[in-house]
Amino acid sequence: MSETRTGAQIMCEALIREGVEVMFGIPGGAIMPFYYAMWEYRDQLRHVLCRHEQGAGHAAEGYARATGRLGVCIGTSGPGVTNLVTPIADAMMDSTPILAICGQVGSHVLGKDAFQETDITGITMPITKHNYLVKDVNDLAYVFKEAIHIATTGRPGPVLIDITKDAMQKATVPNWDQKLNLPGYKPTYAPNRKQVREAIKLLLSAQKPLIIAGNGVIMAGASEELRHFAEQLRIPVITTLHGIGSFPEDHPLSLGMPGMHGWVHCNRAIQECDVLFNIGGRFDDRVTGKASTFAPNARVIHVDIDPSEIGKNVKVAVPIVGDARLTLQALLEELPEREALAELHAHASDWMEHIRDMQDKHQGKQQYVNRANTEHMALPPHDVYEKLNRALALRGNYRVVTDVGQHQMWAAQLLDWNAGPRTHITSGGAGTMGFAVPASLGVAIAHPNDTIWAIVGDGGFQMTNQEMATIMQEGIKNIKVAVINNGYLGMVRQWQELFENKRYSGTPLSGPNFARLAEAYGWKGLTVEHADQVQAAIDEAHATDGPVLVDFRVEREVNVFPMVPQNKSIGEMIITEADA
Amino acid sequence: MRKHTIVALVQDRPGVLSRVAGLVRRRGYNIESLAVGHSEQPGVSRMTIVVESDHVEQVVKQLYRLIEVIKVSDVTTDPTVEREMVVLKLHAPAAARHEVVSMCGVFDAKIVDVGTSTMIVEMTGTPAKVENFIEVVRPYGIKEMMRTGRIAMVRGARGHNASEYVESAGPNGATVPTLN
Ligand SMILES: Cc1ncc(C[n+]2csc(CCOP(=O)(O)OP(=O)(O)O)c2C)c(N)n1
Ligand SMILES: [Mg+2]
Repeated sequence: MSETRTGAQIMCEALIREGVEVMFGIPGGAIMPFYYAMWEYRDQLRHVLCRHEQGAGHAAEGYARATGRLGVCIGTSGPGVTNLVTPIADAMMDSTPILAICGQVGSHVLGKDAFQETDITGITMPITKHNYLVKDVNDLAYVFKEAIHIATTGRPGPVLIDITKDAMQKATVPNWDQKLNLPGYKPTYAPNRKQVREAIKLLLSAQKPLIIAGNGVIMAGASEELRHFAEQLRIPVITTLHGIGSFPEDHPLSLGMPGMHGWVHCNRAIQECDVLFNIGGRFDDRVTGKASTFAPNARVIHVDIDPSEIGKNVKVAVPIVGDARLTLQALLEELPEREALAELHAHASDWMEHIRDMQDKHQGKQQYVNRANTEHMALPPHDVYEKLNRALALRGNYRVVTDVGQHQMWAAQLLDWNAGPRTHITSGGAGTMGFAVPASLGVAIAHPNDTIWAIVGDGGFQMTNQEMATIMQEGIKNIKVAVINNGYLGMVRQWQELFENKRYSGTPLSGPNFARLAEAYGWKGLTVEHADQVQAAIDEAHATDGPVLVDFRVEREVNVFPMVPQNKSIGEMIITEADA
Repeated sequence: MRKHTIVALVQDRPGVLSRVAGLVRRRGYNIESLAVGHSEQPGVSRMTIVVESDHVEQVVKQLYRLIEVIKVSDVTTDPTVEREMVVLKLHAPAAARHEVVSMCGVFDAKIVDVGTSTMIVEMTGTPAKVENFIEVVRPYGIKEMMRTGRIAMVRGARGHNASEYVESAGPNGATVPTLN
């Protein structure tokens, strides 16, 4: 009973059929037919007008990461879609399901360098999971269905659809019932049982077993299963930057974060362990350090939904291709009787004791914030995190979005991540400065009843802060921004201090008065210059029914420790200022 | 680095060739040759890719990440029939012609064009034999050369029929869009 629709109407209906409720974008010539049609569907499809397409892309990512659902962003041909390139690359690196809808010039001028023509499918080929150029209105219903299927299944990722203006304008009777024709795309969800039993055999033989949990656990919704599994076997759990939230840090088996700015006891445990069970992590070089020296004593079990991740960076003894949740369920089903676990439990408890000893020796989490030299400082950054940590725990229902740099690593280290999956959202694989403010917009729309804190450096903040206007226009009240303002591109400055004779080349950074800038956008803006004022500012931000920015003017030259220098083994950490 | 012969079945959609070539390049592997054409199944193409890599299993896995790639096999150590074609324009004035013609006879090469001072010859064989032929005729003077790159097919009952992988195609493939 389908009736004739324009291509643009088909696009709207396709999105609605797939459960899309919100889109982030900016209109322009080539995409105008879509905006024309959108008007008719505005009760079902909310459009959020961003101030820059990069912001729209990150907002879509924030929405997707906070929910696990598809995030949608829109740009017009030429500069509109090239502005989407950064968030698309970011989504590719962090396996985030987003759909980028791009307007393209009319098919009759395609290939003729028409006004605002850009080969966006060519540009994004290496940074999308898949992309399409649609020139025929009759392909739209099918392509949207296939594109969304690809973005949201298997290992999720960004998919881009470039649509010529005439394909949006022409009309046809859409066929919604076409079956997907994807003979080459069959993601494996259920793990191979034989491999599952091999993994258990290996784990049972371990004396120093270790679990690493990554983003895959969160995306698969496998936190409960992970907890059961770790508890059954009593194996300690390390959570990567993107694994934060998959396993509560207040759990007795939780060790914290590994890698370049991970905890000493985590990295040492990795170097000493004899069986390493990595679920949903991809052995990124910020986790492994110099890969050839990583976990030298370990036999590795690697669970990943993407077969190409297995064996890419680290040699694997037992590969398992599958969804994290189904794999953990299978592992739990295949576990032997309790008596058969006794030996493993005994070893694991000695091993845990040893790891906790290392942790005590090298500072546990809150003691170890490298505070030895902070007494003279008016506002050490650590104070901000300490107070925020307490305030968030008391408040509950919060999510934290971080940008890229020192403030990001401090957030990962110093906040207690006990609020569950999808409460820590950051740009990991791509390390995209400017991510946090627009991403928080997407997170806030997805979770209007939560308090969303965006923690951002003064550098990254100045890349995308115009989305404060979008947040205001949309009437979003639950976003609070903490600018960790150190007057530097701090993380780069830290490398210059430690490895480049303090040549602060291109890193000292000024900015406007951020609180007054926020006020200009209609936000509440607060400035904190002293440790005494931190608590009051956070309280005021929480008490305010509207967006608030707090400019924390922290001590300028403070380093993030511990640290593994790039390309070094994670066994060679700089633990405190004194080792540097 | 070792040379590997990879045979891939891919969905015949616009851009698939540049996706495959781009992926192999950006993952840091060298393509020595790439040949592509229709397979026995409409909508499916078969590619033969010769790559240099010490991590061929990574090449294969990465290729599988492409949505349109249906089946990839490294056939380097399988029993295969491998063929390549070369077309050569040789310097062949009247005096040299007789020798060139007899050389072509030895290699089963065909003479497809004769000009006043040139000849175009066509030769098909295993890549090694093609190489050999080129070396033998090189002294006469090669004015132009064009090679197709290698195509490979696994011998016997092994190998993959493309129709096995397109179960979703309708009775005559008409119900599924081809996205052209
Ligand atoms: C878009 C982009 N440009 C450059 C970089 C390189 N980079 C990584 S961290 C960093 C410094 C970030 O400074 P700031 O936002 O002030 O945060 P801080 O490290 O001071 O906390 C830079 C420039 C990047 N990650 N992203
Ligand atoms: Mg800074």
